Amino acid sequence: MEGLTLSEAEQRYYCDLFSYCDTESTKKVASNGRVLELFRAAQLPNDVVMQIMELCGATRLGYFGRSQFYIALKLVAVAQSGLPLRVESLNTVKDLPLPRFVVSKNEQESRHTALYSSDADNPASYSGVIPPPPGRIQVKKGSVSHDAVQQRTSTDQQESTSPVVSPQQSPPTSPHTWRKHSRHPSGGNNERPLAGPGPFWAPFSEAQPGSSTSSDPIWSGHSPPPHQENWVSFADTPPTSALLAMHPASVQDQTTVRTVASATTTNEIRRQSSSYDDPWKITDEQRQYYVNQFKTIQPDLNGFIPGSAAKEFFTKSKLPILELSHIWELSDFDKDGALTLDEFCAAFHLVVARKNGYDLPEKLPESLMPKLIDLEDSTVIPVISEVGEQTGEVGYSSSPAEAPPSKSPSMPSLNQTWPELNQSSEQWETFSERSSSSQTLTQFDSNIAPADPDTAIVHPVPIRMTPSKIHMQEMELKRTGSDHANPTSPLLVKPPDLPEENKMSSSVKFTAGNTVTDGYSSSDSYASDPEQIGSTVTRQRSHSGTSPDNTAPPPPPPRPHPSHSRSSSLDMNRSFSVTPGQQQAGVVAYPPAVPPRPQPSQGAGPHVHRPVDAEGLIAHTSTSPQQIPEQPNFADFSQFEAFAVSGVNKEEEDEIETHSEVLQGKGTTPLAPPPKPIRRRLKSEDELRPEAEEHTQKTGVIAAVLASQPSIPRSVGKDKKAIQASIRRNKETNTVLARLNSELQQQLKDVLEERISLEVQLEQLRPFSHL
Amino acid sequence: VLVSIISSPPQNYPLYIRSVPTENELKFHYTVHTSLDVVDEKISAMGKALVDQRELYLGLLYPTEDYKVYGYVTNSKVKFVMVVDSSNTALRDNEIRSMFRKLHNSYTDIMCNPFYNPGDRIHSRAFDNMVNSMMMQVC
Repeated sequence: MEGLTLSEAEQRYYCDLFSYCDTESTKKVASNGRVLELFRAAQLPNDVVMQIMELCGATRLGYFGRSQFYIALKLVAVAQSGLPLRVESLNTVKDLPLPRFVVSKNEQESRHTALYSSDADNPASYSGVIPPPPGRIQVKKGSVSHDAVQQRTSTDQQESTSPVVSPQQSPPTSPHTWRKHSRHPSGGNNERPLAGPGPFWAPFSEAQPGSSTSSDPIWSGHSPPPHQENWVSFADTPPTSALLAMHPASVQDQTTVRTVASATTTNEIRRQSSSYDDPWKITDEQRQYYVNQFKTIQPDLNGFIPGSAAKEFFTKSKLPILELSHIWELSDFDKDGALTLDEFCAAFHLVVARKNGYDLPEKLPESLMPKLIDLEDSTVIPVISEVGEQTGEVGYSSSPAEAPPSKSPSMPSLNQTWPELNQSSEQWETFSERSSSSQTLTQFDSNIAPADPDTAIVHPVPIRMTPSKIHMQEMELKRTGSDHANPTSPLLVKPPDLPEENKMSSSVKFTAGNTVTDGYSSSDSYASDPEQIGSTVTRQRSHSGTSPDNTAPPPPPPRPHPSHSRSSSLDMNRSFSVTPGQQQAGVVAYPPAVPPRPQPSQGAGPHVHRPVDAEGLIAHTSTSPQQIPEQPNFADFSQFEAFAVSGVNKEEEDEIETHSEVLQGKGTTPLAPPPKPIRRRLKSEDELRPEAEEHTQKTGVIAAVLASQPSIPRSVGKDKKAIQASIRRNKETNTVLARLNSELQQQLKDVLEERISLEVQLEQLRPFSHL
Repeated sequence: VLVSIISSPPQNYPLYIRSVPTENELKFHYTVHTSLDVVDEKISAMGKALVDQRELYLGLLYPTEDYKVYGYVTNSKVKFVMVVDSSNTALRDNEIRSMFRKLHNSYTDIMCNPFYNPGDRIHSRAFDNMVNSMMMQVC
């Protein structure tokens, strides 16, 4: 770079400018921000500025040293004089006027805006150098265009531009500058934002001639007063043909430009005026405009605009695809690939804002969030599908591109929860990790499934083996919840954290509802009952919470609850190692039906620790014969009696009456049994569990079993193997007896019916007898 | 920790790569590239198209001296590869799965965007934020 010779005036001027730019008082380097401001103020087209920067070596160096700065300034002067930029011209050009810079603060703003708008086109040095100050990039750019048409004379604009010119320059050069601008229609990055709103706003401004005020506050809400003189003047000069060429709505462009111009001045006036807190608020006029635009694409206001149509529409705005992509991400709230009316308005608003120079926010502003309450449609299903993906167990599989068939109306809570939901994505995932319920669920599933093939009920959570009614309740609830426990428990456990997807709360309901219907298809007594789910949900959750605490003996899942027994088949009885004894205890609770309560069999008899319980069981066993009042003549019943007798450790009775005596004799024991069998059942379930699959014996085997019975009780107290063997045998007997019991119950019912019919006949016959 | 999304075959070029400790990035890139072979191996071993999510998660592809590589493939054969330091408190498999799930969800969100053409590099800010936050969690 050859040496630069500066005249004295130039020297002084440059020095002043340098110190002006030297914000950090380094005396060596001019701050890039200021320098670029300055260049903007020079009102040179961007490419020229770029050229200048290259020539002066700043781009090579990365900063503006003093010499670079001076060279640059000189080149600015050269450029402003209309001379071609050459390094040689630095020294050869004589009598070069001093470079002109628009120094007013307002112009800095407009420089910024212009700069910002040019960023898209000149990413090279500028974007790195000046991060566009979002706050200052205001409005002006186009917001203005929002405003309605107020025809201002161009003289206004001219006047406003005059102060722009630096005092050292004679006014005639300013048009020169502008002329240069007009020579670079393409260089009008500045034009773009103006033109951008053109097609959009032209119709709008036509439509709303009088309402300029309303949108003003939005834009003026931003702090530094936007100044548009430069802008305005610029707007006036560029050939509208340039605009016209760029946009289809050519006819209206001119008016648009004018309105822009005029609006800017009004904005200037109003810039100090009221400031809305929320610059993203959509005014009514804007909204109306958006709605109209929406209608052009999709006549049904409650419908969607599919992604492709929206893409075409917004591509017309000439924003870069990246930004459009970001706008889409922000505005497609439910991530369904389609825009509802609210989403469309939000997107449109963002496009306009972007065209006017606003930075796109990282998150959708509150005022742009679709109000679910207002809309008829809010997507729930896609979220559910995402939730389903997360849980891996929900049956939904809606693809993201599908518009959900039904958008459930108002989810009022969702509207408020969305912001948090959006932010709590990590919570969602970590919670699931923490709970790791899916893992535990899986394990339990595999355990349970073979055990209870006949019931669809799967109990994933281990039951604490505490003998208590509470536990019984828990089991019952778990039974109810078990069907949907698998798929929904992760969900149910997670909702407190407000999972990431928007509609989590609704999706929980939906998934719960749906999985319930799925899961309960095979269950009998528990129809899909959302309310019940709710309660079971809470309980399920608590169980999930308590399950880790369960340090009880290896907890096999409990058998199906007694309440299931109503519809239980004999098979079910068979599948459980249920003894008549326990069944009787169950019968006590549910008189008419046979509750196949999974209770420890009489094989608990050999249970060393509970000889007393065995007696209790026996007592209960004997209740069954009692419940079959007049049927002592059942063959198997007698067998049963015999077995019951033999199966008992200490009892040896062959008659029902004896049993009843026993029962009476043990009048107190019936009171004790209710809790005891439960406990026993629970405790010995681990024993029973492995035997669960073995119960397939028929009544015909009973004889064989009974034959082997007498030997069993005597082995109590002997060595372990004998005990275990006896346990096994007892369990087999249990199964047999369970089946027997069920059959007997059936017979009991039949007999009762017969009895009733007989009595009726008797009644009918009696009068005749009197005759 | 590094996360990368590789496009579907036959191109197999990365749609997105992001790593948290930015040094050694080249090494991670290389690792991802080599792990693609393992992924392909696993995919082919799976046989017919399996739609279950379990099959989507490929698990630990291979452990090397100080890091582990996990893989995940979508139904459209877009592969997610995650490289984590072994020095990290051993991340449970469950956590890795959930991370992949999140990735997959975000990826589908990106796909929803009509302005995104499949096969483009992913520039979404929201996606970046999600990935960053996820990686921060791990580190």
